[in-house]
Amino acid sequence: MLWARELSHAFGPIRALDGISFTLDRGRTLVIFGPNGAGKTTLLRVLAGLVRPTGGSAGVEGGRRAIGWIGHQSQLYGHLTVRENLRFWGTLYDVPAGDLERRQGELLARLGLDARAGQQVRTLSRGETQRAAIARALMHDPAVLLLDEPFTGLDRLAAEELGRLLGELAARGRATVLVTHDVKEGTELASDVAFMRAGRFVAFGPRGGRDAAALTAAYREAVAGA
Amino acid sequence: MRELLRHAWLIARKDLQLEFRSRTALVSAFVFTALVLVIFEHGRDPTAVPTIDLAPSILWVTFSFAAMLGLNRAFQAELENQALDGLLLAPISRTSLFWGKLGANLVFVALVQVVGVLLFILFFNVPVWRVWLPFLLVCALATVGFIAVGTLFSAMVVRTRFAELMLPVLLLPFLLPPLIAAVAITVSLFAGRSLSESGGWLRLLAGYDLAFVSLATFLFPATVTE
Amino acid sequence: MTLAQRGRWITIGALVLLAGIYVRALHFTPVELHQGAAQKIFYLHVPAAWSAMLSMGLVGLASILFLIMKDARLDRFAAASAEVGTVFCCVMLTTGPLWARPIWGTWWTWDARLTLTLMLFFLFIGYQVLRGAVTDPRLRANYAAVVGICGLILLPFIHLSVYLFRTLHPQPIVLKPSAPSLPPEMLVTLLLSFGVFTLLYVGFVMQRYALGDRDE
Repeated sequence: MLWARELSHAFGPIRALDGISFTLDRGRTLVIFGPNGAGKTTLLRVLAGLVRPTGGSAGVEGGRRAIGWIGHQSQLYGHLTVRENLRFWGTLYDVPAGDLERRQGELLARLGLDARAGQQVRTLSRGETQRAAIARALMHDPAVLLLDEPFTGLDRLAAEELGRLLGELAARGRATVLVTHDVKEGTELASDVAFMRAGRFVAFGPRGGRDAAALTAAYREAVAGA
Repeated sequence: MRELLRHAWLIARKDLQLEFRSRTALVSAFVFTALVLVIFEHGRDPTAVPTIDLAPSILWVTFSFAAMLGLNRAFQAELENQALDGLLLAPISRTSLFWGKLGANLVFVALVQVVGVLLFILFFNVPVWRVWLPFLLVCALATVGFIAVGTLFSAMVVRTRFAELMLPVLLLPFLLPPLIAAVAITVSLFAGRSLSESGGWLRLLAGYDLAFVSLATFLFPATVTE
Repeated sequence: MTLAQRGRWITIGALVLLAGIYVRALHFTPVELHQGAAQKIFYLHVPAAWSAMLSMGLVGLASILFLIMKDARLDRFAAASAEVGTVFCCVMLTTGPLWARPIWGTWWTWDARLTLTLMLFFLFIGYQVLRGAVTDPRLRANYAAVVGICGLILLPFIHLSVYLFRTLHPQPIVLKPSAPSLPPEMLVTLLLSFGVFTLLYVGFVMQRYALGDRDE
């Protein structure tokens, strides 16, 4: 579904990515843990096609059309309403006109945004904005989800809801890559786990039923050994 | 090609929708135009220089500065919530993104020019209506190339400090050829000469537009790729 | 010898030769009939203009190549060339008025060539201001290349537009379809001066490039 082969990326003297290789099949959720500056966001941006790597290659089956991105920035237009935003992004992704209304309605309902649908995005709360951003990302029914620290700034309730939603999406066959620096947040969702440090994977493999505590320990060990 | 134009139109329409909602850039540009014209009117000695000789220069300088103020608007809105990333992720070509922005900028500048010309007729009492069609042609020709370069540059400076100052600094040399040509043709038109007498200038404008719209389209991806 | 040292030697050599040109210009070349002694600035002014154009041309070329090949060295070269070009522009913009005042009675005229150089100067300044405002090296290189290429394409249009507008500058004396109408001694001095200024350009750029290498 998506893959990276000997991926490296350097700007100036800094090596942001240093020889990353992996593949991810549909239905799997890869959670990448790593401290700030490990290169997690760069890796995601390369996978998304936003950044052209200086070495190696990476790709997503289906190209840009198949990718849905959720980051800590909403990528929504403040002065447009939630509906207008969804319609704009949906049309840009060539969602057929007939499906546009239906999908919009479904997503708004599923994400609890019905009440806010006609309001300008700049009037929404942080949690509502994040939900609207998720709706935007899902409008074109992407097969691959790339998530860049999506839990940032969300309160407990919103984070749990997001986790639930992501779990559902994964169950329906999407391939997901989620990067985060907080082990607690990603654990439940992961089918596969990677630890990233200084641009490389210091560990990569199935979660194997480990919980957050076990993963934290494994992470510390892997990082210490690297 | 049709896809290209369709996507460009979507983006342009979204931009204009946003601008009409917030109105900040448009209103500022209108007010600025009016202010500059008023100052020019009071700054000259009406007995020394006949209006009709000076008027075209005043008009075109005003247009140029108002246009430059409006140019930053195009990419500023995209930075707010990182919507630019969203546009780059979408399955649209960089060219349609550029043309969409260019189109919206041209509409914006056209609106400012309409207001400018109306005020111009009001303050300076110049017989524009007699030559309105050739004058319209000159306005269009003189504006397109310059705004193409401006759109290209605004994509770059929007991420630098002092963006509002940077853009005029970079753009002013590019203003010279269309400005000189536009003033020369306008003077000739107001003096009652036909458009065909300004053939050389018109060819210069057409060449400039062709060269820079193509060049800007071609170079735009370099400003948004990482 | 390092690049910087070689550059320094070339520059010193060129400056010595420049002094030599001036000795030749002042003592061994005839004084021009109409313009008098002030015309001697011609040997400094015109080649400086040539070097400024050369700088811009090479900035443009390096920018195009950079966008194709993505080699950081091309970007560094463009930066060096732009700085050197700015210097030559300044030389031309100061010698121009010095020449113009005794001859035309005015410090400045908006004729084709002077205006072109002034715009060239602004292009160089804008280029460097942009470089200074962007911290990320890859972004900076991309942005600079875009401006460099646009600037290069702009030059013929500026020349055309100002030329169509007015011409006060002495008509081309050397680059004419017919044989150059300069007396041979003047022509030789001028050509030698061109050569020296090109050498100066090379020397300056080498040193600046080497400095840029150290900064990275």
